[in-house]
Amino acid sequence: MKILCVCGLGQGTSLILRINVETVLRQLGVQADVENTDVSSASSENPDLIVTSNELAQSLEGHASKIVIVNNYFDTNEIKTALEEHFNN
Amino acid sequence: MKFLEESLIALDVDIDTPEGAIRETGKLLSASHLVEESYVDAMVKSFNENGPYFVLAPNIALPHARPEDGVHEAAVSFVRLKNPVKFGHASNDPVQLVFGLGASSSDEHLTVLQRLMGLLGNPDNVEKLLHVKTHEEINQMIGGN
Repeated sequence: MKILCVCGLGQGTSLILRINVETVLRQLGVQADVENTDVSSASSENPDLIVTSNELAQSLEGHASKIVIVNNYFDTNEIKTALEEHFNN
Repeated sequence: MKFLEESLIALDVDIDTPEGAIRETGKLLSASHLVEESYVDAMVKSFNENGPYFVLAPNIALPHARPEDGVHEAAVSFVRLKNPVKFGHASNDPVQLVFGLGASSSDEHLTVLQRLMGLLGNPDNVEKLLHVKTHEEINQMIGGN
């Protein structure tokens, strides 16, 4: 499974998200290839899952990948709940 | 790597726009020669183009640009606003704690982000940052430089 963490520039915010997503995936025992990138590069990629903020999710509307929205990037519990919801569906 | 050193911190700054707050964090970085002034402009440009997605958590913003916009050294500055400012984020507004990130392409980039996550991942620290009065208090929270 490939997961893409997306922010505006692909430098800071998405890297923070990626580190926390990787932590949560370890807790959930889920194997995945996690990468981070900027929103314009994300449009041309085809991961299984995109994790991003509500703001940027709107720019990715119509993207083929499933999008998971995270509001608080430091809250691993929120990230865990959001990812679990996706995996259980 | 420069992480929340005394010269990179300004408390209770009286600014009432997101752009002003972003510029203030950038100015702290450029005054210490950690980034070029072009980097500060790029931080504002990113906000204008990509919106307030860098408001990462309630009350907390992390404006930044790209390494190629003019970064000399990985660094984080901190501006606490006197009054909370709305950045236009749907769930995390308003913002009082603004961290300016000098995004470097070196390995230190990951290290400063991990230090920042260590600090802000703990809600008690976020609460303390709203009330600290001196750099020493911040220094204690981050375990010195």
